[in-house]
Amino acid sequence: MTIGATMVAQHVAFGIIAAVVIAGALRVVTTNNVVHAALWLVAVLTGVGASFLLLGAEFVGVTQLLIYVGAIVVLFLFGIMLTRAPIGREVNLTGNSWPVGLVVAIPIAGVLTYTLIDAFGADHIGDNTRQFTAQVSDTLFQNYLIPFEVVSVLLLAALIGAIVLARKE
Amino acid sequence: MLLNEFLLLGAALFAIGVYGVLSRRNGVMVLMSIELILNAVNINLVAFGALHHTVVGQVFALFIITIAAAEVGVGLAIVLMLYRNRASIDLDQVDAMRG
Repeated sequence: MTIGATMVAQHVAFGIIAAVVIAGALRVVTTNNVVHAALWLVAVLTGVGASFLLLGAEFVGVTQLLIYVGAIVVLFLFGIMLTRAPIGREVNLTGNSWPVGLVVAIPIAGVLTYTLIDAFGADHIGDNTRQFTAQVSDTLFQNYLIPFEVVSVLLLAALIGAIVLARKE
Repeated sequence: MLLNEFLLLGAALFAIGVYGVLSRRNGVMVLMSIELILNAVNINLVAFGALHHTVVGQVFALFIITIAAAEVGVGLAIVLMLYRNRASIDLDQVDAMRG
């Protein structure tokens, strides 16, 4: 494929991914069905993983699918099940404070959009940004070995804490 | 590709997540909205890593994915405790600290 065709393909792929992510995210925060929200979350997380792949970040993309779609969404579904939320429609999923949410979220979106266009409007990512898993692992286990170990201890502590919290007395 | 394509996608995802955190009453839905925010941050990290041709962005994205897993675990346990103690996960009713 020529360079031009690759660029067009990248833009088309990004357009599809962005549409799926934005539409899915809007459904996650507006739907009246808790289980549907979890399933729309799958669409969002898969789209974000696809955008990682588009950026050439293969390891993070695959990890996103494994951890988020594979584990975290299942955790959410268990949470929904254990709190016995109704499976069907639920009227009061969005509270009375939704205008506050709009008042905060729309200025955030506006300011971020203006700032990003102002600051990075002309920056191009190279066409070939592929970064191999070996490079990631080299950096992770050389420069970031101690943070990596700390994070693993944190994860262990969090999981033990979750068990202690959720255990029946 | 333009860097801004990814950054603006991240910004939109972040704003939607903030709206979800502020407007939802169900505790589990608030946690889902927090996931949206964390994903927006990850997109930014990986995009800037690609811009600067470094894998450090990806390393930090991996850290955030790990932290997100820990956060969901503890968060869902807290929501579960809330449900057990009050038989409801409606966050509007959690007003024990209100003066």
